[in-house]
Amino acid sequence: MKKIVLILTTALLLTNCESSSDTDGTVQTSITFNFTHSWDDTAVSVDDFNTIKFINANTDELSIERLRYLISKVTFTTSNNETLRLGGYNLVDLTNSESLAFTPTGVLSEGTYNISFTFGFDNDDNANNYQDLNSASWNVPAQLGGGYHYMQLEGKFIDNTASETGYAYHAIRAVDNSGSSPVFQDTFFEVDLGKVTITNNATINVDMNIAEWFKTPNTWDLNVLNNMLMPNFDAQVLMFENGQNVFSLKPVDQ
Amino acid sequence: MKKWLINSVLFTVFICCACSNESVTSYEPTAANLEIPKLFSDNIIPPVIPNTNPQTIEGVALGKTLFFDPILSGDNSQACADCHAPQNAFTDTSRFSDGIDGTLGTRNSMPLFNLAWNYDEQFFWDGKSFSLEHQAFSPVTDPTEMKSSWTDVVQKLQQHPEYPTLFEQAFGTQRIDSTLVTKAIAQFERTLISANSKFDKFLLGEVNLTPEEQNGFDVFMDEARGDCFHCHGSDKNPLWTDNAFHNNGLDATFTDLGLGTVTGDPADNGKFRSPSLRNLEFTAPYMHDGRFNTLEEVIEHYSEGLQNSPTIDPLMKKVALGGVGLSEKDKSDLKAFLLTLSDYDFISNPDFLNQ
Repeated sequence: MKKIVLILTTALLLTNCESSSDTDGTVQTSITFNFTHSWDDTAVSVDDFNTIKFINANTDELSIERLRYLISKVTFTTSNNETLRLGGYNLVDLTNSESLAFTPTGVLSEGTYNISFTFGFDNDDNANNYQDLNSASWNVPAQLGGGYHYMQLEGKFIDNTASETGYAYHAIRAVDNSGSSPVFQDTFFEVDLGKVTITNNATINVDMNIAEWFKTPNTWDLNVLNNMLMPNFDAQVLMFENGQNVFSLKPVDQ
Repeated sequence: MKKWLINSVLFTVFICCACSNESVTSYEPTAANLEIPKLFSDNIIPPVIPNTNPQTIEGVALGKTLFFDPILSGDNSQACADCHAPQNAFTDTSRFSDGIDGTLGTRNSMPLFNLAWNYDEQFFWDGKSFSLEHQAFSPVTDPTEMKSSWTDVVQKLQQHPEYPTLFEQAFGTQRIDSTLVTKAIAQFERTLISANSKFDKFLLGEVNLTPEEQNGFDVFMDEARGDCFHCHGSDKNPLWTDNAFHNNGLDATFTDLGLGTVTGDPADNGKFRSPSLRNLEFTAPYMHDGRFNTLEEVIEHYSEGLQNSPTIDPLMKKVALGGVGLSEKDKSDLKAFLLTLSDYDFISNPDFLNQ
């Protein structure tokens, strides 16, 4: 009798674990993304905000006062080029610790995948209405195409006159409104994290090197480009280009 | 073995019995869901209503009675509504409101509407109160406001010929305490919903804007001109505030630290909560210290009057030039747009009046 109770209890505990098996024995697992931030080799958290302590590639001294960005379309690609897309999107806000961990909806089988996500929204997603993002004042004005910001990076820098000046490095879909009708250029991009073998409810650690936004391939001069960048088509394209090497995969916890 | 089995069965029976529904009759006030406007339900996440204080018909009615009753003040001379009058979108016309003995506060009375959509639940200009219930605690004992004590207030309410019954109806008990008083007031305040301005009707396709109002909205949404939307919402955020804290360039040095007083962080000095831009027509004077009497002065501040300081918001651009330098037409049109956010139905709603 005691053995029966022990077996039932063990079975109950096992069924409560998050990983589960399909009828064919394939183990299903959920994935969590953990977002960390750095300035080159130095970790950055909200505790580093509001102090002019960073130096960008143009040797501008700067602070960070706000960093929020959107990621979406988390995709896992098998060696057979089969793509599995987990649902949801995440607005990372360094002042909100809960937003630094994101568990997309859905599960996938344990195995080896190439992992990627979209920085911002692609155009289809960007055309939808999101109550949570509206509530976070994340919108882009209709005259700039509507939809949502991809990133808001704000702070102050020491300008050419040695004065502290604000900057607002806001990334959106590039739009040129100089002609009779707006011309758009896509500036969302896919972040390819590379291959990962997934077992047992993995946590994927993703780091954003904030310094890269100012570095490669375009050395960013904050004295020239510091504010009113949303309607600046060329600035948005520069952000898109610099964003390509911002994210990297760190060791996976599982 | 048998004994072990019997004990297990008895334990299981005990657990089952303990979990079964008990046939205890208890009083439940009548649930009263907030009527959420279409523009809100379409565009923003649901309001914050604490599980510990659900909206009820009796609770809201009691909260309204308390809101308009001077019994909450030390000398029975001042009600919440004295500084939060319906005709002024629940603020008043003074720069600083005076307390029961004529003492002036140091902040402008905040208007009250759409409070349930303050998702971070940080209330007052400096965010010193978390939750609407907690917010209602402060004015009763503030020596520059109602200057009473909760002991006195509770005693007066308890001895009142009607209040014990009203509390019984609202909360199932005649035993009054400060927690129930603030719960009732918070329930009433959550019903103060403003969503029927001209601009709301425009978004619902019911009216058109004038060319001036439309240009004013464009100025509001243009990062190179007004750039108001980053802090004050948009056509997709009908609250017209982010409810966050910003230094909007009012002063080069601070006599009032605002959020910095609450957090103790110098980086928060001079930051105050963005107010909603709804109902500006009724809520003058403006800013946390009521320094501006007119909307023209407010717009002039953002256009030419910015003062630099270490904590000024990065979005306050062109500080060295005093601001964004709007044209006279853009200033005028921006004001015309802001006035489309006036909700006359809200300030005359009989549910919110003392009647």
